[in-house]
Amino acid sequence: MAKIKGAIVVDIERCKGCGLCAESCPSEVISLSNNVNVKGYHYSYMANPDACTGCSNCAIICPDGVITVYRKKIS
Amino acid sequence: MADDTISTKELIKEENLVYKKSKILTDNEFHYCPGCGHSTTHRIIAEVIEEMGIQSKTIGIAPVGCSVFMYNYMDIDMQEAAHGRAPALATAIKRLLPEKVVFTYQGDGDLAAIGTAETIHACNRGENITMIFINNGIYGMTGGQMAPTTLVGMKTSTTPYGREVSLMGNPIKMTDLIVNLPGTYFVSRQSVHTPGNVRKTKKAIRKAFEYQALNKGTCFVEVVSNCPSGWKMTPVESNKWMAENMLPFYPLGDMKVPEK
Amino acid sequence: MEEFVLMKGNEAIAEAAIRAGTDGYFGYPITPQSEVIEYLAAAKPHERTGMVLLQAESEVAAINMLYGGAGAGKKVMTSSSSPGISLMQEGISYMAGSELPCLLVNVVRGGPGLGTIQPSQSDYFQSTKGGGHGDYRLITLAPASVQEMADFVSLGYDLAFKYRNPAMILSDGAIGQMMEKVKFKPQQPRSKKSPDWATTGKTPDRERNIITSLDLDPARQERFNEKLQAKYKKICEKEVRYEKIQCDDAEYLFVAYGTSSRICQKSMQMAREEGIKVGLFRPITLWPFPYNEIRMMSGQLKGILSVEMSAGQMVEDVKLAVEGKVKVKHYGRMGGIIPTPDEIVENLKQNIIGG
Repeated sequence: MAKIKGAIVVDIERCKGCGLCAESCPSEVISLSNNVNVKGYHYSYMANPDACTGCSNCAIICPDGVITVYRKKIS
Repeated sequence: MADDTISTKELIKEENLVYKKSKILTDNEFHYCPGCGHSTTHRIIAEVIEEMGIQSKTIGIAPVGCSVFMYNYMDIDMQEAAHGRAPALATAIKRLLPEKVVFTYQGDGDLAAIGTAETIHACNRGENITMIFINNGIYGMTGGQMAPTTLVGMKTSTTPYGREVSLMGNPIKMTDLIVNLPGTYFVSRQSVHTPGNVRKTKKAIRKAFEYQALNKGTCFVEVVSNCPSGWKMTPVESNKWMAENMLPFYPLGDMKVPEK
Repeated sequence: MEEFVLMKGNEAIAEAAIRAGTDGYFGYPITPQSEVIEYLAAAKPHERTGMVLLQAESEVAAINMLYGGAGAGKKVMTSSSSPGISLMQEGISYMAGSELPCLLVNVVRGGPGLGTIQPSQSDYFQSTKGGGHGDYRLITLAPASVQEMADFVSLGYDLAFKYRNPAMILSDGAIGQMMEKVKFKPQQPRSKKSPDWATTGKTPDRERNIITSLDLDPARQERFNEKLQAKYKKICEKEVRYEKIQCDDAEYLFVAYGTSSRICQKSMQMAREEGIKVGLFRPITLWPFPYNEIRMMSGQLKGILSVEMSAGQMVEDVKLAVEGKVKVKHYGRMGGIIPTPDEIVENLKQNIIGG
């Protein structure tokens, strides 16, 4: 079965650390960083990048639209 | 065996792109609180306008409330309505510019309190407009006061001990009122608290925009939403609380769909 | 149809509206001006010019329909009477604050409150001193005949669009209800072009248009207010309109507009028959008010009577105009009573000449 690999890019400075992406990720890829962005929010990041399948749940739930999603089928 | 691993860096290329922010959204950051349903719904509307290719003929009406600055976020022509009056503005714009796509965006205070008459009569006249109604059961912008849709027992800054029916009456189900008006053509109640619900909301809003061209009546989508700051909860908790308390009272689903 | 016809003032407004190329009329019934929307409904303007006609659910909705239509660059108007105009004040302030042109018609009735349905002029302050919130002004035209009811529709639109500001025709129940001969201008086609600031849909060739009166930055809001004040100053310099009748040799002066100015013409004639040299100064624009023109007459005058069907509102502006150089008093009836010519002459004698 072809394996699908995904990755997300978070616009760290625009993330408000609401945590909805982490909550919605089926593969528990995302967590909130211990670091904060310019506005003092703990931004989200791929804590477990290998598990990402590019399903876009995180980007779809992200209120501020700061997540961009990439996906590729690997034969 | 083919190398089945690919570095994240290699993945992040244009051809592998599956989702990015709509270009109908301006560069301005949303001023909304972290996790707020207004932001999500703005994104959905922008995506629908982009996918339908109607940026050059869409005119939006922003209300007074948290989304009073909606026009800073949408790269389309917009007007700012006085509190509660968006459906009246939209009525005139659509009748004067019938080939344009006209939508209103209102909160619960705007649409179901001060603007009740405008809401009911625009729907009753069957204005060919799309009405988006964000119901978070509170007045966010002014600091968390009671709204007409505040649940019984719900604490707000004007019902600090919880809303009492004997004092402030029952929460109003506006969508259930207008669905009975023959003037409404498509009526749906959705939410944006999970990815699955966001997808459903986008489908409903897309229909509400598409059906407008049929000139068969008002398309109305209620989005039950959270208000983390007003409810004094974290975004994640607010969505959970909403699912457990708001959705039983404001059940989701299409409430009026055109017969096939 | 360019010859004279006999018509009510209210109906003349409606016919003139269609001919002026109105794009949309949004109104609500209220005595004494319901004939405007009734005439329009019967005239099927949609078939004549494509004009939109809608009876709204309230005056609040109607004025906000005007806001939306004006924001889309269209020629829109409404008509109402005193209590209805009170309901529209927020919308009027929003339109001034968003620099939106529109035409408003107030066929004034006795107030305050539900008041009466008979004619009055007790809304002078409301229209000229701003009935809504904030520093804004309303171009206010005062017709004194059915002909002027018709003529001021296109004049009102021209001024509204020239300055991007609401304009008001301040009439009253008498002029609205009485019939006189009137001649209409030929049909002016509805404009196809919309102003570049209008919300007609953001095409690739331009930035998006936003119609709003909101700005949370006080410095910017002050600059916007300064821009409005500069506009109003220009209107005051350029758009004052009035009529002077038998003023050259006048020692006394009636200042009156609308119905009161018609009655004063008779009073003036009666007084002159008694050897009293009185003239009539009729402001046509109540805002911008003809301060300078009245001031220039103060040298020759011994007294001025401001005749208004109210407790006296314009009298304050007359006093401002003469800056204390001339005695100024008010005479008028309230509650919807129309004064008779001899009452006015009597008052002139007692209050001004004798007083």
